[in-house]
Amino acid sequence: MLQAKELECERGGRALFRSLSFILEEGEVLRVAGANGSGKTSLLRILCGLLPPASGEVIWKGAPIQALKEDYSRQLVYLGHAPAVKDDLTAAENLAIACRLAGNAQPEEALREALARFEVPRKLFVRQLSQGQRRRAALARLALSAPVPLWLLDEPFTALDSSGVAILRGTLEQHAARGGAVAFTTHQDPGMAAAKVVDLDA
Amino acid sequence: MLEAARCIVYRDLLLALRRRTDVATALLFFVIVASLFPLGIGAEPNLLRAIAPGVIWVAALLSTMLSLGRLFAADHADGTLEQLALGAAPLGVVVTAKTLAHWLLSGLPLVLIAPVLAVQYDLPQALYGVLALSLLLGTPVLSMIGAIGAALTLGVRGGGVLLALLVLPLYVPVLIMGAGAVEMAAAGLESGGQLLILGALLVFTAAFAPWAIAAALRISLE
Amino acid sequence: MTTAVRWFWFASPHTFFPLAGTIARWSGLLAVPFALAGLYVGFLVAPTDAQQGEVYRIIFIHVPAAWMSMFLYLVMAFWAALGLAFNTRLSAMMAQAIAPTGALFTFIALWTGALWGKPTWGTYWVWDARLTSELILLFLYFGFMALHASIDDLRRADRAAAVLAIVGAVNVPIIYYSVQWWNTLHQGASVSFTKAPSMAATMFLGMILMALAFWLYSIAVAMVRVRCLIVERQ
Repeated sequence: MLQAKELECERGGRALFRSLSFILEEGEVLRVAGANGSGKTSLLRILCGLLPPASGEVIWKGAPIQALKEDYSRQLVYLGHAPAVKDDLTAAENLAIACRLAGNAQPEEALREALARFEVPRKLFVRQLSQGQRRRAALARLALSAPVPLWLLDEPFTALDSSGVAILRGTLEQHAARGGAVAFTTHQDPGMAAAKVVDLDA
Repeated sequence: MLEAARCIVYRDLLLALRRRTDVATALLFFVIVASLFPLGIGAEPNLLRAIAPGVIWVAALLSTMLSLGRLFAADHADGTLEQLALGAAPLGVVVTAKTLAHWLLSGLPLVLIAPVLAVQYDLPQALYGVLALSLLLGTPVLSMIGAIGAALTLGVRGGGVLLALLVLPLYVPVLIMGAGAVEMAAAGLESGGQLLILGALLVFTAAFAPWAIAAALRISLE
Repeated sequence: MTTAVRWFWFASPHTFFPLAGTIARWSGLLAVPFALAGLYVGFLVAPTDAQQGEVYRIIFIHVPAAWMSMFLYLVMAFWAALGLAFNTRLSAMMAQAIAPTGALFTFIALWTGALWGKPTWGTYWVWDARLTSELILLFLYFGFMALHASIDDLRRADRAAAVLAIVGAVNVPIIYYSVQWWNTLHQGASVSFTKAPSMAATMFLGMILMALAFWLYSIAVAMVRVRCLIVERQ
């Protein structure tokens, strides 16, 4: 489904990785491993189209993502390093807006359920939440992203306590079981049986 | 697409509502700057009447520029800008929506407050209409050109002052035509020509700025 | 087809390096006779002006410098656009190489304008349409260079500056027109460098020669600068 062909990434004059190729099929979970600064975040941003690679290309279902533009971004969920939530909105409002902007507007009950699943307080402003709760508020979007085939997650397990890790792991495994594809970076061990590992230190 | 645009405008307005002071301070700046000139130049009525259009327009320019920092920086800092770039709507639509929300918060109020400043400068009431219209046509252009600058300088050292250096030269035509329209009217001449040119600038900018803003944003997000 | 391949071959900084050196040498050498010819025509051959005397001769530097400043901005924007469209590093370097020279000519135009203004109108600065446009152009050049200098990541700096250059280039005619109009609104036609003494053929020849000299000089300097950039970025 998602194919990386001979990707090369250059940041600050240094080549982080070269000739990186892999394929991510439906139902697979890919873990990108590597030390700090090895290019994990850059790789994910190349995969979602935010960062053009120095060379090589990313192919989605046979077409290069540069050509697909919004058609591609509509088929993926990218959760970056920073939990993309606005401090001055409540978790519920953030989730509602995020879904609408992704072209995936959800009714109230669905939002409520998603936030409950990740145990996020609905009515508090995000600036009143802890780091872990903010991460959960961002992850709640995944509960509503079942129809979105590709999930690209950058360090999703950061700041989560053990129950949060368990909830997230369950969500990812469910998505893979449904036929979706997940690629995530982590430098910890999430305890997941990942189908594939791409190690950037190798 | 329209749905996404509406969502973004709604979101930005809601956020501004919850941070009212940020918006209010930029507008207060507009009033303060205009109030400084008589203190510096002297309050001789004929002089004030003569410089009023220029002063009000320069104050509008500076006030818009000051508020540009808010356009993309906050979203960039908490990661929501990337989400906007990866949304279902094309980036051009996204930036247009954000710029529109910015204008509603920083440009439109200037149009409404300008008559108050006009009173300070004893500008004849007959000119209020031209003044407001010139600002109405000009401030969206300022917001759009400013958005290009804001997108280019996202997260860059020396951001605010650098933004001023980039954007103020590009503001000059709007300033000349906007203040010029009011000055023509003050001299009893026909100001329609200048207003038409302002309108043309608005249409031209609205057609091309979204491309430039989106391109600049993509470059800054790399 | 072969021409296209050859162009892209030269688009590699590595292969362009020696070519740039050759171009620099030849255009630098050619610039000298043109400059001498231009100065000769301007300062010795062209007739003395009835109203302004000998002082007006500074026009032979002022006007070609102003032409160059505008021309170089467009060339700079052209290379920047090329770099943005085709993602070639050399195009971005060309734009970077041209900018300081363009700014220099803008500064020369402003300075010679001031030198002309003092004996002619009594003040060093006159809000004449051309001088005001040149001033704004100087700010545009500075903005381009400042933006590039402020961004650490070289690739982002190149591309951001390119967008700025293109936006600036589109604006230059708009700025020029609006400043012209502003000038007519606020001042009579009395003070204006555009109302220079009516062009005798020799005067025009002098200005063209100087313009060519400036152009060849710009090419030489830009090539030298590009070579420096190529080495720096290696």
